[in-house]
Amino acid sequence: MIATVATLVRYRALIQSLVSRELKARYRGSVLGFLWSFVNPLLLLLTYTFVFTIILPNRQVDIQPYFLFLFCGILPWTWLQGSLAESCGVIIASGNLIKKVLFPAEVLPTVTVLANLAHFLLGLPILFAFLAWKGKLAWTAVLLPVPIFVQLVLSLGLALFLSALTVHFRDIQNIVTHVLHLWFFATPVIYSYAAIDETSLLRQALRLNPMTHVMVVYQQVLFYGAIDHWRGLFLAFLIGILFFGAGSFLFDRLRDTFPEDV
Amino acid sequence: MSTPVIVARDVAKVYRRFVHKNQFKTLKSALLTGSLLSDLRPEETFTALDHVSFEVPRGSTFGVIGENGSGKSTLLKLVAGITKPTRGSLVVDGRVSALIELGAGFHPEISGRENVAINAIMLGLTRRELDRRFGEIVAFAELEEFIDAPVKTYSSGMYMRLGFAVAIHVEPDVLLIDEVLAVGDEGFTRKCLDKIAEFRARGKTIIFVTHSLGLVEKMCDDVLWLRHGRTADRGDPKRVVDAYLTYVAGGEEARLKARHLAAAAQAAGQEGAPEETAAEVEPGAGGYRPGRWGSREVEIRGLRFLDAAGRDRHVFVPGEAVTIALSVGAARQVEDFVFGVGLFSAEGTNVWGTNTDIEGFLPKRIEGAAEVRLEIGSLSLVEGTYSVDVAAHKRDGTPYDYHRGLHSFKVKSRVKDVGLYRPGHRWGFAGGVSLDAPPPRPELDLSEETSG
Repeated sequence: MIATVATLVRYRALIQSLVSRELKARYRGSVLGFLWSFVNPLLLLLTYTFVFTIILPNRQVDIQPYFLFLFCGILPWTWLQGSLAESCGVIIASGNLIKKVLFPAEVLPTVTVLANLAHFLLGLPILFAFLAWKGKLAWTAVLLPVPIFVQLVLSLGLALFLSALTVHFRDIQNIVTHVLHLWFFATPVIYSYAAIDETSLLRQALRLNPMTHVMVVYQQVLFYGAIDHWRGLFLAFLIGILFFGAGSFLFDRLRDTFPEDV
Repeated sequence: MSTPVIVARDVAKVYRRFVHKNQFKTLKSALLTGSLLSDLRPEETFTALDHVSFEVPRGSTFGVIGENGSGKSTLLKLVAGITKPTRGSLVVDGRVSALIELGAGFHPEISGRENVAINAIMLGLTRRELDRRFGEIVAFAELEEFIDAPVKTYSSGMYMRLGFAVAIHVEPDVLLIDEVLAVGDEGFTRKCLDKIAEFRARGKTIIFVTHSLGLVEKMCDDVLWLRHGRTADRGDPKRVVDAYLTYVAGGEEARLKARHLAAAAQAAGQEGAPEETAAEVEPGAGGYRPGRWGSREVEIRGLRFLDAAGRDRHVFVPGEAVTIALSVGAARQVEDFVFGVGLFSAEGTNVWGTNTDIEGFLPKRIEGAAEVRLEIGSLSLVEGTYSVDVAAHKRDGTPYDYHRGLHSFKVKSRVKDVGLYRPGHRWGFAGGVSLDAPPPRPELDLSEETSG
């Protein structure tokens, strides 16, 4: 695990160029170009606002204005979802590199996670603009890097795990899409964690999900402007470290098989 | 020059081959039993390399030759560190740059400039080194005008040039080259060879995998010949290349012999039903199609190629004496007959043809078994495969037995001159011109290998 971190640090220049290449290549040739990084979250926000204020209006008191609450959760969730869905195929897609160039493969899933993080960060100004407009922007927003870091560790671990395993079991790519879907609803993104009865079984189950705690902290620092969920976030961080350890262990075990199987 | 930069000890590489159907099974069983890692064991293996040992001293150029599939590329991948040996050890001291595939990892959507940066960093340059050498790389690739265009707009030649330029400017201690010089036009290949020569002059180590044996002889200090993943021979380039060429010629000899036997068997099988064959093969219909036809009143029962010592051979070197010996026969006496021989190149061009009638022999009679020999004093042909047509027919052309394209021999040469015909020749220079004489290149001696 430490070796993995060391490798990633050593190859930071490569990671940096690959991330910037990823960002440039994504919108290359489209009319709006980089603006898509702002337009995408905006359109996403519009869709959810339409659905949850007109079709299925949500009138729960503590999460008004609801579209803003939703936005605080959707943005980081998009990061997680994009990272994991893309990291599955990333080693197979770069088969040529793996087979022909000596090059640490863990760079690839890392680049996927970081490129998606960059998209997330580019969407933040839109979110801040809306928060300011609704008078919701509080000092707690400066704590935002904390949950971001926890989520980074968590998603790096999972990305390493998934990317390595998919080389051998291509079915994972399909499974992950559905697991992510389920995970989305098992995480308090479109509903409020606080509103669920503390003694209920559902609440107990949600607590086991590390993303629950990360999400709650996002909502607290951005939406509520008050934070008390540190313990939960710490738990999520420990689970994240565990994921990262397991992910880099598996990746290391399977590393030598990549050039032969991609 | 003396310290080894690469040390391989008893290296073996075994590839695993999964049967595709089993992958689904393993996923299921992996999920059910949790035996994920143990399920990743090979089901079927393929040994690409076995018991390969060698040392490459610093500053030397090491060639690897062998037929396709003999493990050359696997060896390069091992030296590059892309894969690990299954058994044995392989130690490389220094930065390795592999020209295994040029431009591997170029992203089509972004510009040449950005691709160079990423490729160079991937191959081990730091940002600062890259900044210093960027101009040099672009100049070498001759792509100054296009460097800001997306790589997808490049021609394949431009792509290769850029890939080569990056790899060679990474300043590796060990450069691995896998048959990449075949790409690009004449001028660029020349430039690459110059760059490689310069690289050698600076005392860097090169490992060179190629089918271009001339290049191996010219550039390498030491050559490893791989055959089916094992060391067949190793040492002085000239000696190893000769041994390899002799082996390849031997293989071709065996193949031609097998084909010859098949043709003979076919001829024997057809003896009872000559009309049927005549119907099968329309003489003169379309291009050069192999076949046999004729009434068989005079029959060609066999053909052998003999060398000066009277041995059966199928591979010759230019200038050798060759005898085409035909065993012929006629069940009843025939008085009107001509024997002819024609030589054709692989493209079907008639190189030479003659017959007894053209040369003024008057037939008297043939009955029972006989032999007809055509002795060619010196085989004045360049390297290539040649088919031989032989025929017995009436003087008006009505065929008795026509063998078209059923027999062939090969000419192997150390000199790669072109065309078909190689007359005996010599260069002469006088006055204000001076050239270094080429090293003596005796043709291969094939007579020993083929006697068994």
